[in-house]
Amino acid sequence: MKKIQTIIRKEWSEVFKNRLVLFTVAFLPLILTAIPLGIIYATTTSADFASGAGDLPEQFNAMCPPEIAGGECFQVFMVSQFMIMFMIIPLAIPASISSYSIVGEKINRSLEPLLATPITTAELLVGKSLAAIIPALIATWAGFTIFIVGAWIMLSGSGIISSFLDGRWLVAIFVIGPLMALSAVAFSVIISSRVNDPRVAEQVSMIIILPVLAVFFGQLGGIIVLNIGFMIASAFVLAIVDGLLVYLAVRLFQRESILTRWK
Amino acid sequence: MIKTENLTKKFEQITAVENLSLEIPEGEVFGFLGPNGAGKTTTVRMLTSLISPTQGSASVNGFTIGQQDIDIRRSVGLLTETPGMYDNLSAERNLDIYARLYEVQDPAGQVEKYLRFLGLWERRGDPAATFSKGMKQKLAIARALLHEPRTVFLDEPTAGLDPEAARLVRDFILEIKEQGRTIFICTHNLDEADRLCDRIGVFKTQLLVVDSPAQLRAQVFGRKVVFHLLNADEALADKLGSQPYVTEARLIDNKIVVTVDDPETHNPDLIRLLVAEGAQVQFVGELRRSLEDVYLQLVKNA
Repeated sequence: MKKIQTIIRKEWSEVFKNRLVLFTVAFLPLILTAIPLGIIYATTTSADFASGAGDLPEQFNAMCPPEIAGGECFQVFMVSQFMIMFMIIPLAIPASISSYSIVGEKINRSLEPLLATPITTAELLVGKSLAAIIPALIATWAGFTIFIVGAWIMLSGSGIISSFLDGRWLVAIFVIGPLMALSAVAFSVIISSRVNDPRVAEQVSMIIILPVLAVFFGQLGGIIVLNIGFMIASAFVLAIVDGLLVYLAVRLFQRESILTRWK
Repeated sequence: MIKTENLTKKFEQITAVENLSLEIPEGEVFGFLGPNGAGKTTTVRMLTSLISPTQGSASVNGFTIGQQDIDIRRSVGLLTETPGMYDNLSAERNLDIYARLYEVQDPAGQVEKYLRFLGLWERRGDPAATFSKGMKQKLAIARALLHEPRTVFLDEPTAGLDPEAARLVRDFILEIKEQGRTIFICTHNLDEADRLCDRIGVFKTQLLVVDSPAQLRAQVFGRKVVFHLLNADEALADKLGSQPYVTEARLIDNKIVVTVDDPETHNPDLIRLLVAEGAQVQFVGELRRSLEDVYLQLVKNA
């Protein structure tokens, strides 16, 4: 356990000196938290919004509990659209950190002396993974907390807040978020074994956010409805995908593979 | 102590190391010489439990490769071909990380000990990126010794260093030799191997020969004695060459170069013979072939 802590501390002190990583970790959550808060602010302060809200399509109303209707339901719909973008945080941050952490070691040629210590490959992989996952989860949960607090301040007394804290979003933030972070790390390890530039590794690893964008556009187009059933099914599928990705990453992240096959 | 028996490593169709059998006693400085791609680094990686052999067996410090890998890594130090330091981190932080990974009891104390020992203490807070190549190499050597390993593997310890830094590293190797550690050096620097190593193994996928530098010279070229004479001629050379213990005697300018198995025993007889034949002897000395000549001869024949 001490060795895992040493690896985590080493990763953070090394990786957070990189401005690109720091930007991703610090600014991405801020931007993605500010967008839904901005929507709430805009829709709350707009006089036109309340008057036109009575003509909502049926699928909008289906998303809201019976006590929320009209303009408030429209707010729930709009915020939900962008809340899915919020799920980019637990993917982008670990992908960025682990790309720099693993490819950075390849470039520095520091993996061999590291592997020559009495650390097990599992400890090293767990340390590197946690170093990427922990900041992602802190940023995701902190961003979500800031959003809830901000929304509560702007919508004081409104029942909408409860719809942002319903099962859908709790599953998304606290179950799907960590699963996504794990898949991003495993995917980055796989990519990092083949490339020698951390920027390339990061860019290729970002492919992993495509499914989130697909859900975003699917929801916008009315193809996907973000309800609790969808979230639980997504968590289930993600757990299976994670299993496969972690299996592949562990197979690649072996001393012999790293030293003799990683290009 | 290092012991290998028919150690072999194959990468698909390529055999990197073939049937390496070797025994290096505790406290010996062993030089591992060979051309690029000979399999030296692969051997070191097997002996430090970084990669596993395809065939054969080996033990390091009494631990068996493939069975006690963590124990082996705990008991050896490795200086890799490139220092591989974390450039953004300070020298002290770099070493502290490794001290903790090697489970050193007093990480701060050990880090300070080696930073002072290698003259880097004043620069301990500076990022490794600001260090010269020699300083980085010293830092990497400190990293390899932090946990006081019984056996140290040094892959090209002075490669790319200026003469002053190379000398410092060589002196340091001699110091750690005096501490009784076993040192396994991969090098291309034959002069360095000659000066540092008790024994040398010349390697090109297979181990070609193992012996002390002096014995290697004798094995490959024989021992040669040079007689500088004021009146050297063919007759004197023939006279020396006719002795039963002389393999060859050649006249070169005013010198006669004699190949003889045991100069310590036979030189007095040869000098007496020369004087009796009227030779005026100016100097007598042993012709030292460089280790480079020995190495090139062995590798060429392999």
